[in-house]
Amino acid sequence: MAHALTADEAKAIASGESEARIAALNKAVATADEKTSAFIQAMSDDAVKFTADKVFVIKDDKAFDPVTGAEQKLPDDAEDVVNNNMMRGALDAAQAALKLTSKDDAVRAEAAQALFKEPDESRLPLVEKALAAEANPKIKAQLELVRAASMLSSTDKDKRLAAASDLGASRSPETKLLLNQRLADETEADVKAAIAASIRSIDGSLVWGDRINAIFSGISLGSVLLLAALGLAITYGLMGVINMAHGELMMIGAYATYVMQGIFQRYFPESAFGWYLVAAIPVAFLASALVGAVLERGVIRFLYGRPLETLLATWGISLMLQQLVRSLFGAQNVGVENPSWMSGGLTMLSNVVLPWNRICIIIFAGLVLLAMGWLIGRTRLGLFVRGVTQNRPIASCMGVNTARIDTYAFALGSGIAGLAGCALSQIGNVGPDLGQSYIVDSFMVVVMGGVGQLAGTVYAAMGLGILNKFIEGWAGAVLAKIAVLVFIIIFIQKRPQGIFAMKGRSAEA
Amino acid sequence: MSKAAVLPSKGPLLSGKGWTVFFVALIAVCALAPVLNIMVPAGSALHMSDYAVALVGKIMCYAICALAMDLIWGYTGILSLGHGMFFALGGYMMGMYLMRQIGRDGNYKSDLPDFMVFLDWKTLPWHWTFSDSFIATLVLIVAVPGLIAFVFGFFAFRSRIKGVYFSIITQAMTFAAMLLFFRNETGFGGNNGFTDFKRILGIPIQTQEMRMTLFALTGLTLLGFFLFSKWLIGSKFGRVLQAIRDAETRVMFSGYNPLGYKLTIWVISAIMCGVAGALYVPQVGIINPGEMSAANSIEIAIWAAVGGRATLIGPIIGAFIVNGAKSWLTVAYPEYWLYFLGALFIAVTLFLPDGIVGLVRKWMARAKAPSEGRREARRSMAVEQGVEPAAVAPTPPPLAGVEPKGARA
Repeated sequence: MAHALTADEAKAIASGESEARIAALNKAVATADEKTSAFIQAMSDDAVKFTADKVFVIKDDKAFDPVTGAEQKLPDDAEDVVNNNMMRGALDAAQAALKLTSKDDAVRAEAAQALFKEPDESRLPLVEKALAAEANPKIKAQLELVRAASMLSSTDKDKRLAAASDLGASRSPETKLLLNQRLADETEADVKAAIAASIRSIDGSLVWGDRINAIFSGISLGSVLLLAALGLAITYGLMGVINMAHGELMMIGAYATYVMQGIFQRYFPESAFGWYLVAAIPVAFLASALVGAVLERGVIRFLYGRPLETLLATWGISLMLQQLVRSLFGAQNVGVENPSWMSGGLTMLSNVVLPWNRICIIIFAGLVLLAMGWLIGRTRLGLFVRGVTQNRPIASCMGVNTARIDTYAFALGSGIAGLAGCALSQIGNVGPDLGQSYIVDSFMVVVMGGVGQLAGTVYAAMGLGILNKFIEGWAGAVLAKIAVLVFIIIFIQKRPQGIFAMKGRSAEA
Repeated sequence: MSKAAVLPSKGPLLSGKGWTVFFVALIAVCALAPVLNIMVPAGSALHMSDYAVALVGKIMCYAICALAMDLIWGYTGILSLGHGMFFALGGYMMGMYLMRQIGRDGNYKSDLPDFMVFLDWKTLPWHWTFSDSFIATLVLIVAVPGLIAFVFGFFAFRSRIKGVYFSIITQAMTFAAMLLFFRNETGFGGNNGFTDFKRILGIPIQTQEMRMTLFALTGLTLLGFFLFSKWLIGSKFGRVLQAIRDAETRVMFSGYNPLGYKLTIWVISAIMCGVAGALYVPQVGIINPGEMSAANSIEIAIWAAVGGRATLIGPIIGAFIVNGAKSWLTVAYPEYWLYFLGALFIAVTLFLPDGIVGLVRKWMARAKAPSEGRREARRSMAVEQGVEPAAVAPTPPPLAGVEPKGARA
């Protein structure tokens, strides 16, 4: 079946009208040999020139004949081949078609994916052949889709009908696009009906996919907000300290993760690299907790009971920390890689892929929440913290060293911010202004959840996350953010004390 | 030894009135700067360079903001982190007018501002309707920040949001506005904002005379707002504001409804910022959503705090000192500016709760209060002259009544 590339074929592919060239290309691919593939490769590398009657492949500044491979002298009037986007698409598809015979499963799967996006009836025999030889069921299914997609523009009405109903089973957004394109060109009524039916069935399954996607990304955003807000729930919620440098404590956690990555890259064998993140968790916690403790001892301690002053002073601290990080690590973002066990995702439906790093963060947020609940509710330190926040003089009378408890509590809140930063380094950019983007959000969560209420913080974080993502679905990211901020402002009008208000009477709110 | 029981004593550097006169004079000098710039030849020592005039003009705009912040924070105890938004809104209103004044001289030679041509818009959006009228622009500069402040303040004060809650909500409001203005669809030039202004009222904006006019106008506005604030704070209204700051609950129990007072001062403060923004834009030549960032709003607070809250001269001094330091440091040592600003925030809150003015007052009070030895001397002199020592009246605690109580905030 394979026959050698001829000089005429090469010329037809290299010069002339784009559509004629594509037709020639597709014809050549159906019967390709090694020379054809080498020529197509050269075409897509822009290494082909042509004159009125001959084509040359340029390699290391020398011209070769594509058919015989012999070196030739390049005439002065040789022109460069110009490939427009349409031609490039066709070249890519042609290369993919040639890769279908590769021995590597991954290469074949990729080739099938690529072909699906650029279906053409002329490649049908090639696809059929690959399909017959294919053993891997996943690639086989993909190839069947390619076959159906290729048949969709067939001149044979029965083939189109069969293709339309076959494609309905694929349930992916790409298929829908393909069917919609065909629907616009289709003239036969029953084929149209079949295509429409397929589109409907795809839509039906896509809707669920979209919903799951929105809910998942909502929960994911919620868990990020929760991590950011949990530390604040202690420092602001329990202690009443407005810490505007909270975001910068997160940033320190993220940079601690970056430093751990560097240490593992440098001093540990490559196989251990995946563990750097595990090692980074305690380091991030301790780094931020230490900075937090220093801040509490050095500055915040003197400002208890003066919230507005605390706000200004901690804002100053945040400016200094940002500049410090800029001086140490540079103003650019630094790269933090996912360990290999966190890259990739869990494919649930054709259009639902849940990335592992997000899943890990959701689990991590849950664990941090549990640990914090246990620490505050079940341990001696937690008892002291609650005691001091509820009634400082009495706690002091009972022999609690309240100043030390303040430092511990603040360090704990800061450490949790460090954990949040460690988690954020896995899904976003790590840079000096990492903290700034979360500070408003995390205060909103704490304020909305109700001061001093862990459960409220959880509900507020999840609620805001999901609400944000759902509005984002139909209004875009920026408007969603604005809508959520407006919502919070209105919400606080109605319930100034948050979702869960503390019970009690007081004239001073 | 003389017979008269008079020891040479140090008087106050300036009385309360003296300070006012001093500042009126200072601001008048600022208004005179253009004369020094234009009339005095460039070689002379009295000549003010264009750079210095531009800098002082800019800082005077900031000083208006600081004064506005002082009214709401220093005197009423409400810390707003949203004043940057009102400043930017005033600036944007002015910017819209200036953009229309470019006319067909833009890059695209169109009646529409360049960025609209770039976005392929065919007509002006609705909110640009009045942008070609200078009078309407002047009204909008006052009305837009005022109205937004009124609506926001009404809901916030009605549900008795105060303290840190209010600060954080105003910050969220500014943040939302910034996101909104960053969008191209909002029709305010997106990321790039407005720039490349050509003329104002048909007069080219880059000429020396126009710049001096704007400068003088800014100086006079600052002076006007300063005198207005002085009158306002001295009035009964101002007393109630300070009472609200010190004990809002007691004010309520005394039969006052703080809502109207807080709302009024909040709107006045927002309008002042809007006017400052409108004066700032033609002098600086650009306005973009970056002006609405949280950092800018909070910086206004630090100007007021550095100078001294609950004093009217403090914020103006603070704006000049901080911004003067900023323009010098960001050029000389760009990396250290944020350290300096950060340290300033901490130092002022920890060591200077009453700002520079508070510090100066303390020094003066110390100088005025006779030392123990001096008192002893006076007493012994009195005894010598046969006067009862008790008649030598102890000096009253200096300036006790003026001590700002806002520190509690």
